[in-house]
Amino acid sequence: MIAIVNYEAGNLTSVSRALSHLGLVSKITDKHDEILGADRVIFPGVGAAGKAMQIIKEKGLDNILLEVVKRGTPFLGICLGTQIILDESEEGNTECLGLIKGKARRFPNLGLKIPHMGWNNIELLRMHPVFKGIDGRAQFYFVHSFYPETQDNKSVVARTDYGITFASVIANGNIVATQFHPEKSGKEGLKILYNFSKWDGME
Amino acid sequence: MLSKRIIVCLDVRDGKTTKGIRFKGNVDIGDPVEMAKKYYEQGVDELVFYDITASAEGRDIMVDVVDRVARNIFIPFSVGGGIRSTQDMHRILDAGAEKISVNSAAVLNPKIISEGAALFGSQCIVLGMDAKKVHKSERIPSGYEVVINGGRTYMGMDALEWAKRAEDLGAGEICLNSIDADGTTDGYELELTGLISSSVSIPVIASGGAGKPEHLKEVFVEAGADAALIASMVHYGWYTIPQIKSFLKDQGIPVREVI
Repeated sequence: MIAIVNYEAGNLTSVSRALSHLGLVSKITDKHDEILGADRVIFPGVGAAGKAMQIIKEKGLDNILLEVVKRGTPFLGICLGTQIILDESEEGNTECLGLIKGKARRFPNLGLKIPHMGWNNIELLRMHPVFKGIDGRAQFYFVHSFYPETQDNKSVVARTDYGITFASVIANGNIVATQFHPEKSGKEGLKILYNFSKWDGME
Repeated sequence: MLSKRIIVCLDVRDGKTTKGIRFKGNVDIGDPVEMAKKYYEQGVDELVFYDITASAEGRDIMVDVVDRVARNIFIPFSVGGGIRSTQDMHRILDAGAEKISVNSAAVLNPKIISEGAALFGSQCIVLGMDAKKVHKSERIPSGYEVVINGGRTYMGMDALEWAKRAEDLGAGEICLNSIDADGTTDGYELELTGLISSSVSIPVIASGGAGKPEHLKEVFVEAGADAALIASMVHYGWYTIPQIKSFLKDQGIPVREVI
């Protein structure tokens, strides 16, 4: 079973629908035992970092997620889920989960539209099992005003250009996280979810 | 590089896709879920469903349509039409839509934008705006007036001012429909689109008037639109999504390749 962590941040049903389309069993849950007992954990989300962290703490999910990562359970962050696994976010100066070293930064004002919304490329810097078989021309659906910046370059799996070049996929051990929405990125996006469902959490 | 988005618009009445000219004389043209699947397979970037049903029963049918679309296509889609409260938004988002488009309801009650953005995030709230060219005046300095009720009611509001205000209220995107161009297939209203797109920092979707791929090129290159809404040109089978994308790619416009 794949646990989709419910912290009341946006459209969780779209992730579960994509998984069920792939024939995968998942459950949207905030129950500690269900998350700890899951084979895999998906941490999605849209919205503001501050409010998200507040709910995560209220529900006691911060320690649970730490434990999930420590146990080596394959963990997929999506969008806001990719930002709040870092140490902190510039969005409301929020202290975050610290699962990967780094911070979420606001896009600088370069005259481009904010949010970065729509389909964009990713440039894979290294191979990762979750990106096996992904077509290099494929684009993915992004919608965000903040982006992940990791302390360590080794954590960056792919990058994307939008005025600046930012890390669009980050990973460390059993954690992999995409700034874009694989559940809304057509067939190549579904492939990423499928690969994740087969991944053992090792690079 | 960020692609220009091509968005297919489906007007839905009592659970059927319908197409009208300047909001008059609608004809049913198919099942919205089957049509959505077809465009998804063809590689469309996004879909919009406008519920033009008036009845309460029709609203329930729409929720069911949204649910079935969400189970079958895995690209973003928004739903507009008849959404008047955050409860209405909740129902549609729960059924699987990505974004909500508010139009007349936002003009009559602008707070719905800020309330929706606070609850669901700005990325969820699209301001749909119908605008009509009028004489420039003190009240309408841009020369484009906001109209509601499908173009029937003039609101005495300047379209440019309204766009800026909606951005301040928390709208994440503006879908700008020209009542003059809508349904004509003679091309987008470039002046209006350029004016709004260059004045707000959120993405602008041009709507109304697309009849051939050249029209999309114009609105992307000349008016700076971030996305273009199309309907007739694909619904009637004049063009397919791959044909439109291939034309735009040849013109040097970044589009998502259909893989």
